[in-house]
Amino acid sequence: MPTLRFTKDHEWIRQDGDTVIIGITDYAQQQLGDIVYVELPALGKRVEAGKEAAIVESAKAASEVYAPVSGEVVAVNGAIADDPARVNADPMGDGWFLAVKLDDPHELEGLMDQAAYEKFVAEQG
Amino acid sequence: MVLDGESEELRRTPLHALHVARGARMVPFAGYEMPVQYPTGIIAEHLHTRAQAGLFDVSHMGQVALHGATAAMLEALVPGDLAGLAEGRMRYTLLLNDQGGIIDDLMALRVGGAFQLVVNAATKAGDVTHLRARLGAAVEVELHDELALLALQGPAAAAVLARLAPGVATMPFLSCARFGELFVTRSGYTGEDGFEISVPVSRAVELAERLLAEPEVLPIGLGARDTLRLEAGLCLYGHDIDETTTPVAAGLGWTIGKRRRAEGGFPGAGRILKELTDPPPRRRVGIRPDGRAPAREGSAVVDLAGNLIGEVTSGGFGPSLGAPLAIGYVARRYSDPGTELAVVVRDVARPARIVPMPFVPTRYYRG
Repeated sequence: MPTLRFTKDHEWIRQDGDTVIIGITDYAQQQLGDIVYVELPALGKRVEAGKEAAIVESAKAASEVYAPVSGEVVAVNGAIADDPARVNADPMGDGWFLAVKLDDPHELEGLMDQAAYEKFVAEQG
Repeated sequence: MVLDGESEELRRTPLHALHVARGARMVPFAGYEMPVQYPTGIIAEHLHTRAQAGLFDVSHMGQVALHGATAAMLEALVPGDLAGLAEGRMRYTLLLNDQGGIIDDLMALRVGGAFQLVVNAATKAGDVTHLRARLGAAVEVELHDELALLALQGPAAAAVLARLAPGVATMPFLSCARFGELFVTRSGYTGEDGFEISVPVSRAVELAERLLAEPEVLPIGLGARDTLRLEAGLCLYGHDIDETTTPVAAGLGWTIGKRRRAEGGFPGAGRILKELTDPPPRRRVGIRPDGRAPAREGSAVVDLAGNLIGEVTSGGFGPSLGAPLAIGYVARRYSDPGTELAVVVRDVARPARIVPMPFVPTRYYRG
């Protein structure tokens, strides 16, 4: 069972061995509204925890998607660049952004699990 | 991701509770708490307005009566031909400072022999101060806070509003008429046919609910209002025009009629009339990025060699275009449609070109 973790910046991270898949949460896509543009990093690029990994633009504004962990980009979801509305339609599935090979698998330990994230979002409202 | 959260002391329009009840996301705008979108979403709201009809709360805008002002008195403040404005008609014009810069863009109406203005929300207090100072004690400048303003826009707007007031169906574009408690103008800021309806605050909710009960009508927020006006190539005050831009640089020279060009007599006339024959260094243009990345306000515009030649003043994604679009200012030699240049978004120069405005054909009522 892959581990699912969340950040306070509303990214989700699904771990599978030494690789993680990263996307934005359903709460994030709802808050952003219609997503019209996504900019993804190049394959092989290094991303650093807490730094920009991708760009997502709604009809209103551009936002950064931060890398929750450090590592190397090993896959990106070109389908959301072609059809950004997929992020709205299925943020936790088809709307994933990128996959990163972890430098340090322990880096996920400080992130929220689903229950903690749901509590965090409830407190935002 | 960093998501917005704001709190400050904001005014509310008479429709505030209606917006909240319909699930609108409320945001601060020009000192008011306004709906930026409903659960429908900006893109669907935009497309619905172009396909059927959208209802906008524009009660934050300023409805100003000028008691005792003559056309000549007002023509000393704006470059529009107000002496030539017939009874029951309205005209887009500009309040100018003495350097010819734009204090506000507005609609001037002649109703019952007197002039009225509809001005921007963010500028209304300053406009009233300016008008009082310039027009003097002989004119009473009255800001109608007891009136709400609704805009009904889109190809079905006339059929919908005619169910309440049959006379609206044949109103000419940029005309005004009273139907009981409703004061109706055939105008708007979306590029579509439509109306703005001034109504007493006490009747505003009832009117809005009545219009929203019609099958063609959805409530539309400020988000779609902005994308609709952007596609129509219309200026957003404080972004595309301000006190540092002149009407000619802004591409609004068309608002200065033949007689006003011949006679002058408006603020900054010396500079503005010179610019009509000897164009200013920068000009407002439409820009379409070749790619998909929106170029937003503040993005640099560069030539193909990377030299800075201008700036985006408003931009985003156009739902009807299905592509990004922007309004900005560029050096005159780059302002012809078809000119290739680039917009700088997140430090990357991205190919773009100058296009004519409007970006999407306007569909005003032409009888």
